[in-house]
Amino acid sequence: MSDRRGFLGLRGGRAADEADEPDVWRVIQLARHQDRPYPLDYIERLMPEFEEIHGDRLFSDDPALVAGIGRYHDRPVAVIGHQKGRDTRERTARNFGMAGPEGYRKAMRLMDLADKLDMDLVTLIDTPGAYPGASAEERGQGGAIARSMQRMLRLTVPSVAVVIGEGSSGGALGIGVADRVVMLENTTYSVISPEGGAAILWRDAARSRDAAAAFRPTAASCYRWGIVDAVVPEPPEGAHHDYDEAARLLDGYLERTLRELRRQPPDQRRRLRRERFRRIGAYRGAPTEDGSAPAVGSGDGRSPGGE
Amino acid sequence: MPPHIHISVDRLRRRRQTTQPPASGGEGRACPECGTHFRAEELARNSRVCTSCDYHFPLSAHPRLDHLADDGTWTELWPELRPADPLRFVDLEPYPDRVERAERSGLREAIVIASMRIGGIACLAAVMDFGYLGGSMGAVVGEKLTRAADRAAERALPLIVVTASGGARMQEGVLALMQMAKTIVAVEELRAARVPLIVVLAHPTTGGVWASFASVGDVTYAEPRALIAFSGPRVIEQTTREKLPETFGRAEAQLAHGQVDAVVDRRELPDRLARVLGILRRPAEPEPGAAATWAREGRQRAARAAQALPALSKRLVGRGGPNGDAESTVHEGEDG
Repeated sequence: MSDRRGFLGLRGGRAADEADEPDVWRVIQLARHQDRPYPLDYIERLMPEFEEIHGDRLFSDDPALVAGIGRYHDRPVAVIGHQKGRDTRERTARNFGMAGPEGYRKAMRLMDLADKLDMDLVTLIDTPGAYPGASAEERGQGGAIARSMQRMLRLTVPSVAVVIGEGSSGGALGIGVADRVVMLENTTYSVISPEGGAAILWRDAARSRDAAAAFRPTAASCYRWGIVDAVVPEPPEGAHHDYDEAARLLDGYLERTLRELRRQPPDQRRRLRRERFRRIGAYRGAPTEDGSAPAVGSGDGRSPGGE
Repeated sequence: MPPHIHISVDRLRRRRQTTQPPASGGEGRACPECGTHFRAEELARNSRVCTSCDYHFPLSAHPRLDHLADDGTWTELWPELRPADPLRFVDLEPYPDRVERAERSGLREAIVIASMRIGGIACLAAVMDFGYLGGSMGAVVGEKLTRAADRAAERALPLIVVTASGGARMQEGVLALMQMAKTIVAVEELRAARVPLIVVLAHPTTGGVWASFASVGDVTYAEPRALIAFSGPRVIEQTTREKLPETFGRAEAQLAHGQVDAVVDRRELPDRLARVLGILRRPAEPEPGAAATWAREGRQRAARAAQALPALSKRLVGRGGPNGDAESTVHEGEDG
């Protein structure tokens, strides 16, 4: 499929800067729009043959995180995604896309399978955060997220993580440690939801707009900070206006990127994946002993260290 | 330095020299659990543990390192790393102001890396400090931990991590979140080098720190009654309207749920660490003298083998023939 528009930040595309920064609150509303396409909507369009797997083989199945295998451009592919649920009943059943330890363990099961059968891995991120519950804690919520990240770093097959809605906190990053990380145009990636941030920092959950403005969790900002490798465009009015077109635009990026990644030897891919994540972060201080690192921050010239 | 950071490093350096680390002196403290009153020195002598109810008072990074290291001797690494303000973040006050206030207490960041010996075994320690912005993990914590892991891997030194953190540092936004992945990369470097990672969970260890490097130690200890959780009790009660018991997420409960290996009293921690480091110690490297002896013997063996070579090759050629037992021939050659 051909690209309808250039992808922000890809070769030949235009780099996002602050002038392009859209209204943050509007983006947050779009990212959380109740009619936005969810993983199963993309899967239905990108891989009509899809087999969902269930259960972590330890305790239960987590409906907040769907996982399965599908046929994509004539190859088998493994897919994991946060599934929020459309109506009240489904939302409750799926825990609003807040996964528990069983979800991350199911994800790891699928990563094992992807490695075994040499399948590319695609993750679709859309969560307000991992599930905050006493039982989730008792079954090792923290460790499950940590080990899921660890498992992704060890993958021998190509992986792409796509933020398709709301990417908040460790619940999002748990399935986000991929060779390429991208965001759709109207999505967010943040350390915490604006409400959570407002409650902690302003001690007032009602100040979520202030928190949103401060966190600047938009795709443009995340691209500028070097958090994501590209921004994939959505249909003009947003992904919820045209699922087919949204899926087609994602397909254009995904297919090409997986093909590119497959050309790298697995060891090189794994090394580059580790380097990708280890260079994230802005700080001040002296260079490392061998003098190789810059004094301020890191990154690859996209200036996460401020400008 | 980015122009929006209005902190003079020189000014801070001067200030630091004149500021005492907190919680080491001053007047007494009452135990919040049993009310027993202690003089500061008295408390310090008992590793800041209540002598009557064993309540563990918070222990900041420097006294923690004094407590763990043999003879209280340690060398700090990369103290110069300081936070930047990539988001130019302002909540109730600007982030640089929070940083400046935190530094005024004598701390430089929420983690201190040091090289030391524990029970005579050389190791690296990464100790978090809840007193510096809630022990939150920003880019400096991620970077220091990564450098510590690199050095530990390079020099085959075990890495001890003591955590005390509220989680990711909100003021660094998504860049702070990404430190979770960065620290897992660091842990993977240790694995590749077959270097042990020992984690000690102090109160509190929550959020992104618990959901990253803190929960993937090779051996994991927790201090008594330390809160260990991804989501804190307040968040859980607000979200799920569950009423949580007092014991929720505490070290003892996490032990019961299989999330940690042992709950260890702080006063026993140095010995416990020394023991586990001793168990995991690799066979001693040969002494330089011994290596020279082996090398000399090796050269002699090689010379003898070279002399035996014509005969040997003849016999090897005859392998499978009437005389053929190449294995024993080679063996003889070596012993010969």
